[in-house]
Amino acid sequence: MVNTDLANTSNNLLLVTVLLYVVAMLAYAADLAGTKAPAGKKVPTGKKVLEGVGAPAPAEPVDLEKEPEEGGRDWGRFAIVVTVFGWLAHAGGVLTRGLAVERWPWGNMYEFVVAICLAAVTGYLILLVRQKAKFLGAFVMVAVVIGLGAATIWLYQAPGELVPALKSYWIAIHVTAAIVASGGFTVGFVATLLYLAAVRFETKGRPAFMAKLPKAEEFDRLSHKAIMFVFPIWTFAIIAGAIWADEAWGRYWGWDPKETWSFIVFAIYAGYLHARATAGWKGKKAAIVSLVGYAALLFNLVGVNVFLNGLHSYSGM
Amino acid sequence: MGLTGWLRWTWRQLTSMRTALVLLFLVALGAVPGSIFPQRGMNPERVVQYFDEHKTLAPILDRFSAFDVFAAPWFAAIYILLFVSLAGCVIPRTWQLLQNVRAQPPSTPRNLGRLPQHATFTSAKTPDEALAEAHALLKGRRFRTALADGSVASEKGYLHETGNLVFHLSLLALLFSVGMGALFGYKGNVLVTEGLGFSNSASQYDEFRPGKLVDATELDPFRVTVKDFQADYITEGPQYGQAKDFAARLGYQGSSGAAEKDYTLRVNHPLEIDGSKLYLLGHGYSPTFKVTDAKGDVAFNGPAPFLPQDQGSLTSEGVVKALDAKPEQLAFMAVFWPTASRSADGKTIVSVFPGPENPAVSIAGVFAGDVSKGPRSVYRIDPSMLTRLKTETNVLTVGQSLKFPDGKGSVEFTGYKEWVTLTVTHDPGRLPALISAALAIAGLVVSFMTRRRRVWVRAAAADDGSTVVEIGGLTLGAPTAEFDDLVKALRPDDAPTEPVAAGSTKE
Ligand code: HEM
Repeated sequence: MVNTDLANTSNNLLLVTVLLYVVAMLAYAADLAGTKAPAGKKVPTGKKVLEGVGAPAPAEPVDLEKEPEEGGRDWGRFAIVVTVFGWLAHAGGVLTRGLAVERWPWGNMYEFVVAICLAAVTGYLILLVRQKAKFLGAFVMVAVVIGLGAATIWLYQAPGELVPALKSYWIAIHVTAAIVASGGFTVGFVATLLYLAAVRFETKGRPAFMAKLPKAEEFDRLSHKAIMFVFPIWTFAIIAGAIWADEAWGRYWGWDPKETWSFIVFAIYAGYLHARATAGWKGKKAAIVSLVGYAALLFNLVGVNVFLNGLHSYSGM
Repeated sequence: MGLTGWLRWTWRQLTSMRTALVLLFLVALGAVPGSIFPQRGMNPERVVQYFDEHKTLAPILDRFSAFDVFAAPWFAAIYILLFVSLAGCVIPRTWQLLQNVRAQPPSTPRNLGRLPQHATFTSAKTPDEALAEAHALLKGRRFRTALADGSVASEKGYLHETGNLVFHLSLLALLFSVGMGALFGYKGNVLVTEGLGFSNSASQYDEFRPGKLVDATELDPFRVTVKDFQADYITEGPQYGQAKDFAARLGYQGSSGAAEKDYTLRVNHPLEIDGSKLYLLGHGYSPTFKVTDAKGDVAFNGPAPFLPQDQGSLTSEGVVKALDAKPEQLAFMAVFWPTASRSADGKTIVSVFPGPENPAVSIAGVFAGDVSKGPRSVYRIDPSMLTRLKTETNVLTVGQSLKFPDGKGSVEFTGYKEWVTLTVTHDPGRLPALISAALAIAGLVVSFMTRRRRVWVRAAAADDGSTVVEIGGLTLGAPTAEFDDLVKALRPDDAPTEPVAAGSTKE
């Protein structure tokens, strides 16, 4: 049974989520560019912005906790508040979807991608509290808005029942772990991209709109933290999937395309963790390995359902 | 370089981190074709289809084992090298760890100020008292400590390396477990119509795949009967016709000869018998027919399993062979619709729902001749070897009959039963694999949560009679806040701090 009212509430909440994330994204961008608007008006202070143009990155570390100047509006704080409201709407959207269909709300690709975006924002908020990683905000918002947009436009599925093979408590364990891990890998991916960008800025100079971006090592550290945190969760998701496959299909591992690609993702991220400890592979090369890992993760999420034919074909595509 | 020198060089290369990295990428890359091309081990029918569609390419791909990637020699070469490298890397490290744990912590460096973490303060205690206090604090925090010439050296966090080693060794154990399952396990598939059963013996399976070291004559002799099968479908809305639930009621008897027990077999709920597992994998229809031959004797009376042509409507096709028919054997081909309905243009009949709401069959070709000389499969006949009695098709609903031409007999469509496909697997590697996998994750988490760190404390009398305490810390990986806690615990509350160094963390 599907509760249509709740399902509509879920769709509306997710729409609100996207709007709030877009607002947050713009506010983060204003914050990154060092924009300080006097109350009510958006006027760049100019000086900070000009500093970065063409010049090598400022040597002094950027003070991430600096209080807003008197009379100015702190775009960063505004962005965080909007993000938190967006997150609440997002969580509400996922929850109402679950209540509407009376099951875990990640039974098809649409629901799965929406949940991964929620995990990514959650991961970002955790890094924000624990690591003061506000400067990731704009980019996490870009990734999540793209994810939610793609889910709504291309992957949308009317709420409905699951096929019998998916009716198992393992969906709560296996798929939840995969969602949390994918969300964390997304945060790691964003931080890795910024690391590579920051490395470039260190030689080529940084553009004005990134005036407040911290040093490259900071991104390297954050992406490593995010990936290190979720790699065991990904490993767990694979193992939980194997246990479930053993219950449902009569074998715990059969090189089904989804299994194969989960393994490929595992191997590449294991390669990334190795690369960080291998002479000659640290830094940029390791970062590129982790980007390849993320590409494999995305292919596993979307490509395997669309292009390859396997047992995991409940995506509704 | 002599032979031994060369061997040693090769071994060092093989067990280096760089080789491990390259092999990890190769194993990832090697798995890709296994997901792109159909695999014989998973769906052999699609491999056959691929050969039909790509007449020149397929044989070339086959030369490179593209349809058996995970059993291919080149794939085996990659993962065997990877695991040899792993063993060669990890076993000496395990050895090293065991020695390190027993050794003294490394002695205090001369200049503690050079370490990434460093603090200095003065204390009113004597140097000996200050050292004793530091020693007690570090011991209390479970550092391994050594007191020598005016300083305490301490070290903690071997769990990091231990976790890492447990993780790698568990991967090795996982590989062995999977290998054990492949050698000593087996798998059998069988199609059973309601009311019938099978026993666990190689000859009763439609498909039986034993591991290399399985004695197929010594399987546990359990028996299973399928009493009935029930499928529930969604009957309204956009998901109309999608299955909601499947259940097969079974009776089974373990090999110890105990009394028969009942079990309801569902998807996700396999039955365990004598260390083997029984799964419900598929279902379909067996329409039932009564065939009467030219002399009026019943030549066939029962179900014939038909294969679904389309999972959405369960339109199924099959053949019926009446081998007892006299004077000639009879056979016919038929289509079964669980819920028959005229198509929109009224010309054809289709099934509009997978449940048996309005079962009907159409009988197409009817043949006479030596049917038993044709294919042995119950799903096929070879029309070219037989005489065709009629060509037009007739649609029958339950209870209706069709007379064959020339007084060759008749067939009555008497009803239907359902069949299930069951899979029995026996895998002695299953539990060891699970334990290895769990240990691997535990090792990983422990390794990521702990870091090896060293702390040294030196105390010396200053000219003014006070004691200068110097603390240095070194952490593998990023420095931890623990160092600052230690400094705080040791420093007297009123001690003036050296401006540069207190609890500082240098890059
Ligand atoms: C199946 C193959 C392998 C996989 C999946 C794998 C995976 C991993 C993972 C996930 C880590 C990070 C976990 C941790 O630091 O505890 C790691 C670390 C490590 N691995 Fe492997 N590994 C494999 C093979 C090897 C081989 C062949 C070697 C030796 C040549 C090796 C040596 C190491 C070392 C030294 C570390 C520690 C790196 C550091 O200090 O950060 N591994 N491995």
